[in-house]
Amino acid sequence: MSKKLQAISVPLISVLLGIVLGAIFMWLFGYDAIWGYEELFRTAFGSVRGLGEIFRAMGPLILIALGFAVASRAGFFNVGLPGQALAGWVMSVWFALSNPDLPRLVMIPMTILIALVAGGIVGAIPGILRAFLGTSEVIVTIMMNYIVLHLSNAFIHSFPKSFMQSSGTDSSIRVSTNASYQTAWLSELTDNSRMNIGIFFALIAVVLIWFLLKKTTLGFEIRAVGLNPHASEYAGISAKRTIILSMIISGALAGLGGAVEGLGTFQNVYIQGSSLAVGFNGMAVSLLAANSPIGILFAAFLFGVLQVGAPGMNVAQVPPELVSIVTASIIFFVSAHYIIERYIKPKKQAKGGK
Amino acid sequence: MSITAMLALLVSSMLIYAAPLIFTSIGGVFSERGGVVNVGLEGIMVMGAFSGVVFNLEFADQFGAATPWLALLVGGVVGLFFSLLHAVATIHFRADHVVSGTVLNLMAPALAVFLVKVIYGKGQTDNLRQTFGRFDFPVLSQIPVIGDIFFKSTSLLGYLAILFSFVAWFILFKTRFGLRLRSVGEHPQAADTLGINVYRMKYYGVLISGLLGGIGGAVYAQSISVNFSVTTIVGPGFIALAAMIFGKWNPIGAMLSSLFFGLSQSLALIGTQLPFLQGVPTVYLQIAPYLLTIIVLAAFFGQAVAPKADGITYIKSK
Repeated sequence: MSKKLQAISVPLISVLLGIVLGAIFMWLFGYDAIWGYEELFRTAFGSVRGLGEIFRAMGPLILIALGFAVASRAGFFNVGLPGQALAGWVMSVWFALSNPDLPRLVMIPMTILIALVAGGIVGAIPGILRAFLGTSEVIVTIMMNYIVLHLSNAFIHSFPKSFMQSSGTDSSIRVSTNASYQTAWLSELTDNSRMNIGIFFALIAVVLIWFLLKKTTLGFEIRAVGLNPHASEYAGISAKRTIILSMIISGALAGLGGAVEGLGTFQNVYIQGSSLAVGFNGMAVSLLAANSPIGILFAAFLFGVLQVGAPGMNVAQVPPELVSIVTASIIFFVSAHYIIERYIKPKKQAKGGK
Repeated sequence: MSITAMLALLVSSMLIYAAPLIFTSIGGVFSERGGVVNVGLEGIMVMGAFSGVVFNLEFADQFGAATPWLALLVGGVVGLFFSLLHAVATIHFRADHVVSGTVLNLMAPALAVFLVKVIYGKGQTDNLRQTFGRFDFPVLSQIPVIGDIFFKSTSLLGYLAILFSFVAWFILFKTRFGLRLRSVGEHPQAADTLGINVYRMKYYGVLISGLLGGIGGAVYAQSISVNFSVTTIVGPGFIALAAMIFGKWNPIGAMLSSLFFGLSQSLALIGTQLPFLQGVPTVYLQIAPYLLTIIVLAAFFGQAVAPKADGITYIKSK
């Protein structure tokens, strides 16, 4: 088995093991596993609308996963994606609500820009702290998640009454059609699903980030700093600058992911009880894809299918939380790749050995 | 409101909120002193809270007032088994510690809600009938002023948790086990050459953190939320993690910073009752603990206070 094949087979085997584990779990608690998965896939693939919803779910997942990947390549574990995404979501919807009559051609780029900036700022803070003071990014980003969560909720509460559905509710009104990322032709094409132009942003971002990481100087520096910051410094790369830049890019991507969720999926903002689940799911997508932009495309597809299909499990009486157990265990197996690799060694290594 | 009553309210709510943090953060100390980073404390707390609540609901009739205490044990044991996942992944499967901890955090809420649905057929449990109530210390509560502030209708668990932190300190710094655990977290190769079973010590560290994290979760569910749903544990595990770092990986330090976090968390809730905080918008009180964590971390600790080999998988050479 070649090295490349091994790199692909680890996530595949992990996905398989995760799904099998989910089945064992269902059997253990007296559910019909085959029926459960059947309903899951039927909901996801059974209709054009389901397909549209999969693409809808993939948009933010890909963007946020790319954000995680860029930071990760620079050796920065960005757990702050939910906060960065929420910042992008709230700020872009706020802008859309404040300027409902802007023409679409101005509105869409403006909301994108605002989401990028909002996410980028939230991402930059832990980056700067880590670069200059050596503060652990894991703790700072986790804390940032809660700060952004509470600030956003307070910000939504401070909205003028005309923005809210009715006094006392926790949700804003829908943004105007000028600002919505949903379009008539995508809805018609997919039988009124919530599919929106966010998936195209995501696809463009995949190409851009792939290009950035593989073909540009900055991308090379990011990868070098991630592999060995000291050696990079010695070679004349500023590790500080690289870490901060990568975190700004990472946060900006997550922010855009949040805006796609906000203006594409929900079309409004509402009070959040906890950190955005899509942030953690995006992280999981990137972990499954081993931070490769192309891999993220496939991993996001898998997560999209599982997410869209999950409610279908209710038909088979299976609690849809099972899907989250499956995705978590997939990431567990990916992280334990050492044990999988032991069984599928590349040929050379298997023969030679130590 | 009189000053005594205000202080009494502050102290008691601080203790109630600090108790779960103290147990969990000390758990984190044991894991990281043994060289395994444990970001999964939040997930462990979720499992502890879930199992504690289920036990409490099912056995409240048999055990009466003793139920919450027994539920702590149950929560601890379930937390211990759940942390086994993290232990195996980081110690034997060479997984990245932060990724594996994140898996616990992703897994626990889904698993717990799944099981709640299996058991009760709905997404959240009923409210508990037996919870940790308020406690009056005999004799001590009779002392004028001080008794009113510290020992009347207060949280017994809070005091037990404080007491426990000294026990944990003794175990970590004054016993043979503690020395071995710390040596494994500082320099596993050296410990190995001296005949210490590095892997076994690491397992002990992680499993103790699972036990204490589970207890912490059960404390939280039975004194603060009094039922279990997906929103029961959102954040205390991460705050406990911050408290551990604040406390410089020392049980007593972790206890003190947990008290601080407990105070700032409870301020967000009781702030409206306190005259001197009434003008402050709630959001400032809500973000205060997190903001302070970042500021203190940035200002006072850079890197290099954690155990040396913290987060590095030890691979025994052949």
